[in-house]
Amino acid sequence: MKYTIPKEELVHPGHLACQGCGGALAMRIMLKTLGKNTILTFPACCWSVIDGPFPYSAVKVPLFHTAFETAAVVASGIKAALNRVGDPKTNSVAWAGDGGTFDIGIQALSGSAERNDDMFYFVYDNEAYMNTGIQRSSATPKGAWTTTTPVNHPKATPKKDILAIMAAHKIPYIATASIAYPEDFTRKLEKAKEIKGFKFFHIFAPCPPGWRANPKDTITLAKLAVETKLFPLLEIEDGEKYTINLPKKDKGKPIEDYLKLQGRFKHLKENDIKEMQTFIDKKYNRLKILEEISQ
Amino acid sequence: MKKDGDKIIFENAADLPDMAKSMGTTRFNKTGTWRNERPIVDTDKCTGCGICWKYCPDMSILEDENGKAAIDYEFCKGCAICVEVCPVKAISMVEEEK
Amino acid sequence: MSKQKVMMGNHALSYGAVVSKVNVISAYPITPQTQVVELLSELCSNGALDSEFIKVESEHSAMAACIGASAVGARTFTATSAQGLALMHEMLHWAVGARTPVVMGNINRSMGPPWTIWSEQTDSLSQRDTGWLQIYASSNQEVYDSVPIAFKIAEHKKVQLPVMVVLDAFFLSHTSENVMMMDLDKAETYLPKYKPKHKLDVNEPYTFGALTTPEWYYELRYKIQKAHENAISVIEEAQSEFKDMFGREYGLVEEYKTADADTILVAISTAASTAKDTVDELREKGVKAGLLRLRFVRPFPFKKVREVLSSAKKILVLDRNLSPGIGGIIFQEIKSAMYNESNKAPIYGFIAGLGGRDITTETIHNIFEEAEKQDPKNIIWMEVKA
Repeated sequence: MKYTIPKEELVHPGHLACQGCGGALAMRIMLKTLGKNTILTFPACCWSVIDGPFPYSAVKVPLFHTAFETAAVVASGIKAALNRVGDPKTNSVAWAGDGGTFDIGIQALSGSAERNDDMFYFVYDNEAYMNTGIQRSSATPKGAWTTTTPVNHPKATPKKDILAIMAAHKIPYIATASIAYPEDFTRKLEKAKEIKGFKFFHIFAPCPPGWRANPKDTITLAKLAVETKLFPLLEIEDGEKYTINLPKKDKGKPIEDYLKLQGRFKHLKENDIKEMQTFIDKKYNRLKILEEISQ
Repeated sequence: MKKDGDKIIFENAADLPDMAKSMGTTRFNKTGTWRNERPIVDTDKCTGCGICWKYCPDMSILEDENGKAAIDYEFCKGCAICVEVCPVKAISMVEEEK
Repeated sequence: MSKQKVMMGNHALSYGAVVSKVNVISAYPITPQTQVVELLSELCSNGALDSEFIKVESEHSAMAACIGASAVGARTFTATSAQGLALMHEMLHWAVGARTPVVMGNINRSMGPPWTIWSEQTDSLSQRDTGWLQIYASSNQEVYDSVPIAFKIAEHKKVQLPVMVVLDAFFLSHTSENVMMMDLDKAETYLPKYKPKHKLDVNEPYTFGALTTPEWYYELRYKIQKAHENAISVIEEAQSEFKDMFGREYGLVEEYKTADADTILVAISTAASTAKDTVDELREKGVKAGLLRLRFVRPFPFKKVREVLSSAKKILVLDRNLSPGIGGIIFQEIKSAMYNESNKAPIYGFIAGLGGRDITTETIHNIFEEAEKQDPKNIIWMEVKA
């Protein structure tokens, strides 16, 4: 068999993720690449359950479960301790969901980023509070159904632009990654390993139950998010140098292709979809300009 | 603390660590029982490209002695991602025999 | 050679961290704690203290960073006050459940609103149910000495719990007193490097704090209670060793002229120091007064308290704190400690000095006088403009 990403598995099977979980695959790829010399911190998120109940765990590296809003700063504390009483080369990794990142954890995240603490921060974004039963977060896209944004009142505001917020911190490395593009993800991880300071990864992680999608479509959805330019794969260095990795073509696939595979967008009217397409195109064009002026 | 296969057994409080320190792995949890349908690999068609392995969220694609994909039915949850991503349509879902 | 230095309580706390050779400090500034972190920043930057100092964006994060660092096996320290301590509340529970032996200084300050910066014990006493051990100091020397003692207790295999060293805002934090400093090498003999029982270690990778069902959560809480019970003898050992090495003696409680006392006043912190003068004055007048100062509030020193109060005819409790709806917090605890005892002496609860108002020797004189007139069923408010 051909292995295009590292072969060693650092996640045990038997974990409690739902069928076709994007967040579970994201962890598998991340740990493969960062390797055994890694300490994980999880705030409350799907992975607090996926990892398994005491006295079991699904990961083959040390893991500290912490409170919802503290992933970044606990990882900062772990790194500080490693510098004094451990191996300073050990990776300290915060691994949080979108709620723990865009909402409740943003203060501590901003603190660790501003101090440029030498650590990794990963957000596996499934665009709502999935672990508690699909409530809207500030990462939920405009128009989406969740249990707190019912179809007659879907989410009225756009998804928070976390990349712009993180770029404003002028941290050395920001990347988006997708479970549909593992080679791109591992390349970025290898690159980030060589960078001292705060590394932020935004991972697009489809959630079949929360998106009212078929588990078999997880990879297809993640791929479509990139191909429609909804979630471009990119890197931002020092908060200033933008590089768009994918899609390269200016004309992406229509967003409808992505929306129609998900029950959470079923109620959208033609006009809503048009508005969404305009939003995506504008945002992508803005990225193109940022890429151009920063080269 | 005692081990019974992948299971961990504590006798009492004294046997327990001071905090919830997990010393066992999720391998105790045979998620294969979650399936309604099971993936079947047609090894004649399989080219061993590794794409299904790469995308499996459950580490349930193994490699057989001929370098082809094999399913770990002990843990495969039956999500069918492998069926969807296979470029040569070598994997199909069949109803699970209970 | 140990030397003397005149310093404020806040600096006594900082030097206590220095002598404990802490590895990681994480803190956020708040009045009246600021001098603690200012001095530590300076000592870290000039190399006098070899520690990482994480300058966090909130107290919640300060405690979270300490917990993370402690889980790796670093000796960690922080300090805060009032609103900052309240913001940490969630993580105070976390430090206990994770069994991370963090030591924290808390400068007692009243809770807002309205804004206030002056002393009161309600901030730290509100945290008494989190599982932290609590030491209430009554002099700068005691503040300084209590930091290495706190680490020794916290890191003990039979305890493995965080400890709070508490001091009054301004009455100690900003008041200069003579402090006998410890020799660093001698201090290291007293408090050797921290060797954690459990830690985050890539060579022995374990997960900490995973979802725990009722099957074992209950026993984990039982073990925390047992650790508090174990702490009593660990404290006694740690303080007796301290006395042998440095000559200064500390107990779970401090007794002052209690042996033959008819009326014993119970207090904590600097109000207890003031009360010593009143006790002396009353003794001159022939009143058999005594003072019991709780140095440890958690674990609650039941045995000691019962012993000291066993023959008192009247027990007075002074609280510079308030749990609205029930009254003084130490008052409740003393009553609960004495309930099953054979000594059924009446116990009077006095509130005084809230929001940093002075508790003078006169206040304490009045407390002894009021006890002659009042019904112990009432909450007795001293000097209140009612």
